[in-house]
Amino acid sequence: MHIGQYIDLVHRTEIDLVKAFKKVAKAHGDEPDVYQTCQLLASWSQKLVEEFEPIVKRYKEESDKEPDRLTQTLLKDTRKGGLALLRDLHDLYLITTEVKVCCTILKQASDGLRDKDLTAMCEEIERQTTRQLSWLLTRAKQAAPQTLIVAK
Amino acid sequence: MQQTRDSIKDIWGKRSPYKGDWPVRVDEQIEEEPDKWVQSACVLCSNGCGMDIGVKDGKIVGVRGRAVDIVNHGRLGPKGLNGWVANNSADRLKRPLIRKNGKLEESSWDEAMELIVKKSKEVIEKQTSLGIGFYTSGQLFLEEYYTLAVIGKAGLGTPHMDGNTRLCTATAAAALKVSFGSDGQPGSYTDIDTTEAILHVGHNVASQQTVLWMRILDRLEGENPPKLVVIDPRKTFTAEKATVHLAPITGTNIPVMNGLLNLIIDSGRINKEFIENHTVGFEELKQIVAKWPPERVEEVSGVPAAKLREAAEILGSASTLVSTALQGVYQSMQATAAAVQVNNLHLIRGLIGRPGCGIYQMNGQPTAQNNRECGADGDLPGFRNWGNKEHIAELATLWNVDPDIIPHWSPPTHAMQIWRYAEQGLISLLWISGTNPAVSMPELQRIRNILDKEDLFVIVQDPFMTETAERADVVLPAAIWGEKTGCFTNVDRTVHISHKAIEPPGEARSDLDIFIDYAKRMDFRDKDGDPLIKWQTSEEAFEAWKQCSKGRPCDYSGMSYSKLSQGSGIQWPCNEQFPDGTPHLYTTHLFNTSANICETYGYDLDTGAAVTAEEYKAIDPKGKAFLKGTDYQQPYEIPDDLYPLWLTTGRQVYHFHTRTKTGRSKALSDAAPDAFIQISEEDAARYGIKEGEMIVVESRRGKVIEPAKIGGVEPGLVFIPFHYGYWDKSDRPRAANELTLSEWDPVSKQPHFKYAAVRITKADAGIIESTADKIEKAADTIKSKLKSQEA
Ligand code: SF4
Repeated sequence: MHIGQYIDLVHRTEIDLVKAFKKVAKAHGDEPDVYQTCQLLASWSQKLVEEFEPIVKRYKEESDKEPDRLTQTLLKDTRKGGLALLRDLHDLYLITTEVKVCCTILKQASDGLRDKDLTAMCEEIERQTTRQLSWLLTRAKQAAPQTLIVAK
Repeated sequence: MQQTRDSIKDIWGKRSPYKGDWPVRVDEQIEEEPDKWVQSACVLCSNGCGMDIGVKDGKIVGVRGRAVDIVNHGRLGPKGLNGWVANNSADRLKRPLIRKNGKLEESSWDEAMELIVKKSKEVIEKQTSLGIGFYTSGQLFLEEYYTLAVIGKAGLGTPHMDGNTRLCTATAAAALKVSFGSDGQPGSYTDIDTTEAILHVGHNVASQQTVLWMRILDRLEGENPPKLVVIDPRKTFTAEKATVHLAPITGTNIPVMNGLLNLIIDSGRINKEFIENHTVGFEELKQIVAKWPPERVEEVSGVPAAKLREAAEILGSASTLVSTALQGVYQSMQATAAAVQVNNLHLIRGLIGRPGCGIYQMNGQPTAQNNRECGADGDLPGFRNWGNKEHIAELATLWNVDPDIIPHWSPPTHAMQIWRYAEQGLISLLWISGTNPAVSMPELQRIRNILDKEDLFVIVQDPFMTETAERADVVLPAAIWGEKTGCFTNVDRTVHISHKAIEPPGEARSDLDIFIDYAKRMDFRDKDGDPLIKWQTSEEAFEAWKQCSKGRPCDYSGMSYSKLSQGSGIQWPCNEQFPDGTPHLYTTHLFNTSANICETYGYDLDTGAAVTAEEYKAIDPKGKAFLKGTDYQQPYEIPDDLYPLWLTTGRQVYHFHTRTKTGRSKALSDAAPDAFIQISEEDAARYGIKEGEMIVVESRRGKVIEPAKIGGVEPGLVFIPFHYGYWDKSDRPRAANELTLSEWDPVSKQPHFKYAAVRITKADAGIIESTADKIEKAADTIKSKLKSQEA
C-alpha cells in the first residue's frame, strides 16, 4: 500500500503552505489586504494541519519521505521589485494547487478504503484550498494589468 | 434672522405624536424676506430633505422645508437650516489656480484645462490610461457622476475611478448586492409610520439623519409606539431612547448579530414558507449562527445574555420591522458580513416588500447613492455587472464604443487601492473632486506624503481651499448646490431635483461643465467619430442617464425635470409600469439574483474572492435571495500593553464630513467648535484626567492632542469626532485620522475607521507647541521642496 506516502505528501505540502502564506504576508506588509488575507489563509491551513495529525499517525508505517518538489523551487525567497507581488501570488497559487491535486488523488483511495475520517478530511481540505485558490486568483487578476503594463 | 425654531438649541424641535400620517411642520430660517423660492433639497446628509432656497437680489437668504415632500413633510434639521450660508462665504474659490514655483497662482480656465489635458496625454503616452485615477465624492449631482463615468469608462478606459463613498457607504451597496443581487434599498421611509419595531445597528440616527429621527420620535410619543432596539458601543442620543440598548465591545458586531439570529431561529419564530420559496442558504446560515448561544455572545462581546434575549424577543415577535445600519457596522471589522446579517433577519422572518417592513443599509452622504448608480465609483452604470459580458455589450451599444475599451477584466479599482497605486507611482495623475482626503482618509501622514509626491500630478476640484487643495498642482473652483441644476437620490430611493437659484461666485463652474470641457479638449469620440459626450446641459445629461438606467433596477426612464419639479421627490424605479415611482422593492419577493440581472456574482465574505460567472450560473438562484453568514474574526489590531485603549471615530450632529461647509456656518461652528477625546469616568479617574484637559492620543501611525470630554463611553474605549482638520485651526494635530488604520473590509473595501489601538497621556504645554510646530514645518518643507522641483 502506498497511501501513507500520499497522506504524508498532503500533510507536508499543507505545512509548506502555512509557511508560504506567512512568508508572502510578511514580504508584502505594505499591501494591507494581502498581508491580512494571507495571515487568515495561513491560519486555515494551520488548523487543517493539526486536524490531520491523528490520521497521519494512523498511517505512519506506510509513509516514506519523498522530497516535495514544488517548494524546493517555488517561493524560496520572496521577490522584490515591480513584479514581486504578482509572482509571489502566482507561486502561492501553484503550491495551493499541489495540495488540492494531492488531496483529490488521496480521496479516491480513501473512498476505496472506506475510511470515513480520511474522506471527510480530504473534503475539508478541498473546500479550503478552493477558497484559497479563489482569493489568490482574484487578487492576482486585480494586480495583473497594473503590474504588467504600468510598473517599471 | 428669522426662524421658525432654534435647531441648535433644540435639535429635533416640537413633537407631533402620530401613527399613520406624519403631520406636516414647515421649518424655515431666513436672513431677509426672499424675492423668490427655488425648489431644491438638502445636501448635508443622505436623508435628502425637500427644501426651497430663498433668493433675494441674486443671493441666497434662507431655506424652508417643502411641506409636500414625502421625505421630510416640511421639516429640516440643524445642518439643513444653517448650512446654506457656506455658499456666501467670502473665502470661496473664484478662479483656477496652478502651482508655479511651489506656489498656487491664479490662472485662466483655458490655461488650467490645457495643462490638465497636456498632463493627461503625457501620462497616457507613458503608462496608458491606467496611469490616471479619479477620486470623487458623495456630493456631486447624478448628471455629473454619469458624465464622469462615461468619460472614464468609454473615453479614457481606466478602471481607476472611485469615490469617498468607499469610506461611507460601500458596505451598504455590498450588503444589498450580496443578499438581493443588486444595490437598492428595499423599503420606504413611510415604513416608520406604522412599524411595530425598529432596529438600529451602529447607526446614531438622532445625530446623523435628524429629520428621520424626528419621524421616529413622533412615533415613539404617539399611539402604539414601536419598540426600539439599538446596538451601539456608545450611549448615543439614539441609544438613550431605546427599549433595549446593546453595547458590544468594538469589533464584535458579528457575535451579537449571529447571537440574535440564533435565538430567533431557535425559538422557531421564522417564516418557513418564505425561506423555502424565496431564499437559498438557510441550512448553512443556521449552522453558522448556532455556534453563538447567548452566553458565548456575552463572553466575547460583553453584551449580557439576558439583554440579548430581550432584544431577540422584540425582533422575533414583531410582525413589522424597520432596520437600519450605518458606520458602526460599515467601518468596523467584518463589515459586509455583519450588514448582511441585518438583511438575513428580515429574510428569515419574511419581513420585506410590504408597508412597515424596511431595511435601510443607510448612506452617509447626500448623493452617494448616485455615485453607485451612475458608476463613478467602483460600479458600472445602472447596477450592471462587470463580470457579465452582455451588460458590457449593452453599455458599449449605448455609448457607441467598442466593448473592449470599457475596463471589465477585473473589479474596478477601489479607493484604497487607487491611493496605493499613486503611492507606488503606478498612477501619475489623480483627479479629486468634491472631497477632502487629507482629512477624511485613514492614516493621514501617509495620504499627505502621497499628495506631495513629485511624480503625482494632483487636480483638486472644490469650492474651498481645503487641506487637500493646498497640496494640489491645479485647483479648479467648483460651483455647488444652489448654483447649478441637477438631481440626487436619498436613502429610500427618493429622487429630488435641485434647481439653480443663484450664479456661482467669480469664475467657478459646475463639475458637469468642467467634465464636459475636459472631454471636448481630450477629443473623446465614439465609433462613428462623433463626440463621446453628446450632452451640454444637465437636463440633457439626465435624459442620457434615463436611457442608461432603463430596464435596470434603478430605472429613471419615467422621470423628467418637469415631473420632478412639480411637488415631492419620486422614488425609483419610475417607468411606464410605475409612472409615479415605487415605495417598496421586491413586493413579489422576486429578487435581482438571476444570473442575467444580478450586479455581482458574489464574494467569499471572509476573503473577498470573487465568484466567477460559471460558478454563479451553476447555482443560479433565479430570483431567490441569498442567506449568507460567516463566523467571527478578531480585529487585527487590538489593545495591548503599549496601546491599551480602543479608539473609535465618528460624527457629530452639527457637522458634515470635514466641515468645509458646516464649519463656515457660525451657528454650527459655535455649536461644535473643536475636536475632543471622549473617555469614560473610570478611565478619567485612572489617568487622573479632568474635563477639558489636553490629552495626547497616540497610535502606531500618528498622534493628536485633544481636550478631554468625560463620560458617555464604556471603559477602555475612547472616541474622537473625525470632522476636524487644519484649515481653520492648525495650532495642534487634531484630525482623528492621524491615528486610524489603512485596512479594509475584504468585500466592500471600506476602511476600518471604527477601531485602532491607542494610548493616552496628559499633555503639557511644551508638547503641544513643539508638535504643532513640527507638523507645520515638516509639511511646509516637503511642500516647497517637492513642488519647486516639479515647477
Ligand atoms: S436630515 Fe439631513 S437632509 Fe435633512 S435637513 Fe438635516 S442634514 Fe439636511
